[in-house]
Amino acid sequence: MAKFLFYRLLQAVFVVLAVTLIVSFAIRLTGDPAVMLAQGAGSITEADLERIREALGLNQPFIAQYLDFLRGLLVGDLGRSFMGGTQVSDLVGRALPATLALAFASLFVSIAVSIPLGIKAAVSRGRWPDQLIRVLSLIGLSFPNFWLAIMLVLLFSITFNLLPPSGMEGWSSFVMPAATMGIILTATNVRLVRTTMLDTLRSQYVMVARAKGLSNTVVLYKHALRNCSIPLITYFGLQFGGLLGGIVVVERVFNWPGLGTLAFEAVAARDYPVLQGVITVLSLLIITINLLVDIAYGLVDPRVRKD
Amino acid sequence: MLSLNFPSLRRFKNFEFILGILLVGGIAAAILLSGWLFPGGGSDINLAMRLLPPMAESAYPLGTDPLGRDLLARVVIGGEISLKVGVYSALGAVMIGIVMGLVSGYYGGIIDMLVMRFADVQLALPFILLAITFIAVIGGGLTNMIILLIISQWVQYARLVRGSVLSLKDREFILSAQAIGVRDVRILFQHLLPNLIGPVIVLMTLNVANNILLESSLTFLGLGVDPSVPSWGGMLAEGRTYLQTAWWVSVFPGLAILLTVLGLNLLGDWLRDTLDPTGRTSL
Repeated sequence: MAKFLFYRLLQAVFVVLAVTLIVSFAIRLTGDPAVMLAQGAGSITEADLERIREALGLNQPFIAQYLDFLRGLLVGDLGRSFMGGTQVSDLVGRALPATLALAFASLFVSIAVSIPLGIKAAVSRGRWPDQLIRVLSLIGLSFPNFWLAIMLVLLFSITFNLLPPSGMEGWSSFVMPAATMGIILTATNVRLVRTTMLDTLRSQYVMVARAKGLSNTVVLYKHALRNCSIPLITYFGLQFGGLLGGIVVVERVFNWPGLGTLAFEAVAARDYPVLQGVITVLSLLIITINLLVDIAYGLVDPRVRKD
Repeated sequence: MLSLNFPSLRRFKNFEFILGILLVGGIAAAILLSGWLFPGGGSDINLAMRLLPPMAESAYPLGTDPLGRDLLARVVIGGEISLKVGVYSALGAVMIGIVMGLVSGYYGGIIDMLVMRFADVQLALPFILLAITFIAVIGGGLTNMIILLIISQWVQYARLVRGSVLSLKDREFILSAQAIGVRDVRILFQHLLPNLIGPVIVLMTLNVANNILLESSLTFLGLGVDPSVPSWGGMLAEGRTYLQTAWWVSVFPGLAILLTVLGLNLLGDWLRDTLDPTGRTSL
């Protein structure tokens, strides 16, 4: 187990280094931050630019700057925004809770819907409820998330005037954003639940439970579902990356004050330190969750550790 | 057609296959014939006819957009961008991925290690974030988007091919080919490749669908193709402003994406049952 943990941690560190290196490199392609920082500051001489470069450490070679960024990252310092010099960590810290709240709301919706539907599909394998759920899940997988969001706004905000079309105020503002990502996640998860459940239903302890005369609900939701939960939690955990990617887009439609909105504002203003901060934090989040899921899985299932 | 070679021809009635072929074939045909169907190219501006609802005028079955252009023509022509991005990027990724996967699985060593580590990185970084960063820096456009999609997706094929090679390379038919001195290139492409291509085709179909979704998201966000070229994502971004008054401008381009992607997903699902019965591509 110690070897598995060590290897898995090493892998995570490597991924963090690679991801931050790629992002820093991309950001450096944008040109001279000193010139961008000096935009709108009136007449700027070459000597001024030199002083800015000196102050920001931009006259250092790329690798030295990257190491500086890593050093900052270790203590939670992501640099300063080009716009007004606010700490990037403050901006990200303010937007992160909104994104996480939406992510967990979407996961909750998807788990609440996909478990009963997936179990229903597995139990009625090959018959019409299974086929219907399969087709519905394929349709769900084919929705562009941003268009689903627009259609929900058209229906529930414009036509029926039931829900607020944008912003994050009160529980009602969560309904449409969480439903958008929840529907799309459910489409994948229903199939996962169905497949895992089919494997479990073949096992002997399910037969024993049935032979004892337990009710169908108890067999399915207590005995079988509990044994499915380990692979399912792994899959749900691994989805987090894709989920955050989707939320970044959906936030844009709902004007949700999260990391996606922050990233797009940064793109529009060419505020690259903020963009770098958002992407670094999102990637760290995904890497950490994947790591935790893998370790948890390794703890529970000894077969995983051997890989 | 491909399916004639397979015993699953008996499943021809399969609902998924028929619906998938109808959707993908119909949409692709309409897009390919769009020059002939809509000689005006959907670019004739007619402000007197702006924002006409569907069926209000027989000349405009889906209505008109804010500049009075025929929405049906624009939806059909706009599909070209999506199909191009979807197909070209999947083809590029599949070619690189097959070569890298064959080499890394067959020879192992440093290339194998690089491919697997690259896969770790790719798993940790959602494409949309990578795309936002690079497009903000180097600019959008068709070519850049295709290149980005290829860079981020070849690894999936490399992993899939690598896994198959590992399970095939100790089998008798490969060992005997090695024993009689068949060259490596021939073993890779003539002996191994045909035996592992099924799951690759399945993954490719699903990837075309996924790429169309990604392209339209990026264009919708203003990070994709030039807004002056008609594209589904671009039309949706434009139509959003008129959501209160003219629903059709936002509904039809999105419906076009949904139906295209659904058709490809149906075909992919059907192909999976046919070409990949052991389910290597299922999760």
